[in-house]
Amino acid sequence: MKNVLYFAIMALAIIGAGELQSWTFALTILNLCIISAIMALGVNIQWGYAGIFNVGIMGFAALGGVAAVLVSQPPIPEAWSAGGSGLGLALLAFLATIAAVIVLRVKTRGMLRKLGTVAIVVGGFFLTRYFFDPAAGAIESVNAAKAGNIGGLGLPIMLSWLVGGLFAAGGAWVVGKVALGLRSDYLAIATLGIAEIIVAVLKNEDWLARGVKNVAGLKNGVVPTAYDLQQTEWFQTLAGQVNIDVITASSLFVKLIYAGMFTVVLLVILYLSERALRSPWGRMMRAIRDNRDAAAAMGKDVTRRHLQTFIIGSAVVGIAGAMLTTLEGQFTPGSYQPLRFTFLIWVMVVVGGSGNNWGSILGAFLIWFVWVEAEQIGGHVMNAVTWFMAEDSELRATLIDRAAHLRLLLMGLILLLVLRFSPRGLIPEKNSA
Amino acid sequence: MHDILNALALYSNYVIVPGLAYGSQLALGALGVTLIYSILRFSNFAHGDTMAFGTMLTIAVTNVFLGWGISAGPLPTALLALPFGILGTVAFVLLTDRLVYRYYRKVKAASIVLMMASVGIMFIINGIVRVAYGPAERKFFDGERFIIKARAFKEMTGLDEGLAIRSTQAITVVVALVVMIALFWFLQKSRTGKAMRAYSDNEDLALLSGVNPDKVVMVAWIIAAALATIAGVLYGLDKSFKPFTYFQLLLPIFASAIVGGIGNPIGAIAGGFVIAFSEMGVTYAYKRFLAYLGPDGWVPDSLMQLLSTDYKFAVSFVILVLVLLVRPTGIFKGKVL
Repeated sequence: MKNVLYFAIMALAIIGAGELQSWTFALTILNLCIISAIMALGVNIQWGYAGIFNVGIMGFAALGGVAAVLVSQPPIPEAWSAGGSGLGLALLAFLATIAAVIVLRVKTRGMLRKLGTVAIVVGGFFLTRYFFDPAAGAIESVNAAKAGNIGGLGLPIMLSWLVGGLFAAGGAWVVGKVALGLRSDYLAIATLGIAEIIVAVLKNEDWLARGVKNVAGLKNGVVPTAYDLQQTEWFQTLAGQVNIDVITASSLFVKLIYAGMFTVVLLVILYLSERALRSPWGRMMRAIRDNRDAAAAMGKDVTRRHLQTFIIGSAVVGIAGAMLTTLEGQFTPGSYQPLRFTFLIWVMVVVGGSGNNWGSILGAFLIWFVWVEAEQIGGHVMNAVTWFMAEDSELRATLIDRAAHLRLLLMGLILLLVLRFSPRGLIPEKNSA
Repeated sequence: MHDILNALALYSNYVIVPGLAYGSQLALGALGVTLIYSILRFSNFAHGDTMAFGTMLTIAVTNVFLGWGISAGPLPTALLALPFGILGTVAFVLLTDRLVYRYYRKVKAASIVLMMASVGIMFIINGIVRVAYGPAERKFFDGERFIIKARAFKEMTGLDEGLAIRSTQAITVVVALVVMIALFWFLQKSRTGKAMRAYSDNEDLALLSGVNPDKVVMVAWIIAAALATIAGVLYGLDKSFKPFTYFQLLLPIFASAIVGGIGNPIGAIAGGFVIAFSEMGVTYAYKRFLAYLGPDGWVPDSLMQLLSTDYKFAVSFVILVLVLLVRPTGIFKGKVL
C-alpha cells in the first residue's frame, strides 16, 4: 500500500511540474525517468540480485549509444571502399592474434608460454596497427567535414535498442571474464577503468562515429520529428481542435509517442526481471549473494553465475543507452560523465531499495526528478542565501551562476542519509520469495 | 655518440623528467589510498576529490597571500599556502569521518558499504568545489618557471636537443621525497606509527595490546588528507587545476596502489612510478628519438607512437589487469582479504 502511495506521489510531482512549469518540460523529465529506470533495473540485476559492484555503467550506456549510430546512420559506400578492406584485414589480424595466444597457452608450458604470449601480443599489435592506421586515415578523409566515418546500416533506429544491448553484453563478457574473479573493490576499479576507456575510444576513433565531432540528426524512421509533424495537415487541424499552438503540440505529441514506447520496454524488462527474481535462478543468485561459500559448496558455479548476471545487467543498461541516444537524436561522446551516468544511477538503486525492481524504478523516477528540478531550484536557493550581498555584486552573480552544481551536493546528502538511516531503501527487498 | 646523447636528452625531456614528476604525484596519491585501505579497510572513492578540495583551499589561501603582497620569491606562493590547505582539508576529512564513517565502523559494516559512503562524500565534495570554484581549468603557478631552460642546456652541452627542467618538476620530486621519508620515519619509529602498523596487520591483536583504535583511525585520516592535499597541489602546480581531472586521477592512483600491492606503502610508491613511466613511455611519439638512433638521414614515416595520449587511462588499466591476473597481491606483497 505504501508503495502505491510512493508512485502516486511521484506521478503527482510530474503532473505538478507540467502544470506549474510546462508540459514539454514534464514530458522530457518523464522520458528520462523511464530511461533511468531501465538503467537502474540493469544495475539492480547486478547489485541487488548478485551483489556485483559495477562502477562502469557509463561505458555500457555509451556502447548502447554508439549502436544507435551504427544501426541508423545511412551507409557511406565511399568510406567502405576507401578503408573497408584495411579495416577487415586489421580485424583479421586482431582475431588471429587472439587465436594464436589461446592456442599457445593451451599447447605450451613454462617459459615458452610466457615469452611466446608476450611475443605474439606485441607482434599482433603492430600487425593490426599496420593495417588499421592507413584504413582509419582513409575513412576519416572521406567527406571529412560532414562524415569521415564508416556510417551505419541505414536500418530503423529502434533496432539499435536490441543491438545496443548486444554490444553492452559483448563488452560485459570481456570485462567480466577478466575482472569477475576478483574481490569486490578490485572489480569496482576495473569497471571504472573500462568505462573510461570505452568513452575514450568513442571520443577519439573518428572513423567509427565521428568522435567528439558528434553525430547529429539521427534518422528515426518510425517516430516523426516535431518539425515534420508541423507540416502535415491532419496534425494542424488536430492541434486546432485541442486548441494548442502547433509547435508546442507537435513537441508534446512526439514526446508522448516516445514515452509510450519507452514504457513498453520498461514493462517488458520489469516483467522479465520479476520472473527471473522469483524463479529458481533468482533464488540461487540471492543464495550466492548472501553466502557465496555456502552456494559454492552446494555445487553452484559462482564465477559463472556472476558472469551471467553481469552480462544480463549490462545488456539492460546498453538498451537504455541506445534509447537515450534515440530520444536525443544525436550522439555526443563528450556528454558521458561518470557522475551522471554511473554514480547517479547508483544513487537511484540505493535510494529505491537494492534487490527490489519496483524500488529501482521508484528510485530512478525520484532521483531523476530531483536532479532536474534541483538545477532549476538551485538558482533560486542561491539567490535567497545571498540576499545580504549587493544586487550587482560579482560574487553573487557567480554563485547564482554556479548554483546548478548544488545538486551534486544534494545527491551526496541523499545517498548518505539513505545509507545511514534507511539502508534497505524506500521499497525494501522482500525476504520471502 | 653525439646522436645517442641527443636521443637521450630528447627522451629525458619528454619522458623521464615529466615521468618522475607525475610518478611522484601518483605515488603521494596512492600512499593516501593505501593508508586508508590498510587502516579502515575500504577503497576510498573520494580520494581524488579530496585532492581537489585541498588544492582549492590552497589556491584560495594563495590568492589571499598574493593580495597581501606576500610571495615566496622564485618559488610558487602556493607552497606557503600549502600548510593552511592541509589544515583545512584535515578538518574537513575528520568531520566526514565523525559524521559518516564512524557509524559504519561501530556497526562493523561491510567494506562495500563504506565504499558507497565514500561515493556520497565524493558527490558532496564535487558539489562544494564546483560551487565555490567553478568547473573551469585554472593555473595558479607563480615564481621562476625553469631551473634549466632548453636553450641554456643546448649551449651548455653543445647538443641539438634541449632538456628543460621546470621548477615545478623539481619541487614535486623534492617535496615528495621529503614527505615520503617523513612518513616512513613516522611509521617505522614513532609509537603511533607502530600502533598503526600493528592495527593494520592484525586488528584484534593490536586492540588486545592496548592500541587505541580511534586514535589510529584519526591519525590515518590526518595523514591521508595531508598526502592528498600535497599531491593535489603539486599536480596542479605542474599542470593545472580542474575538478574533473582530479576525479579522473582516481583510476591511475588506484592502479598504482594495487599494482604496488595495496596496503603496502613502498608498493604504493613503486606503483606510482610504474604507472607514470608506462603511461609516458607508451604514449610518447618515438619518431625523432628513433631518427637519432637509426642510420644517418633516415626518419621513420609515422609518429612511431604506440597509443595516442588520449588512451593513457588504457595504459594504467591494462597494467592493473595484468598485475591482477598474474600476481594479485601486487609487486610488493600487499594484502588480499
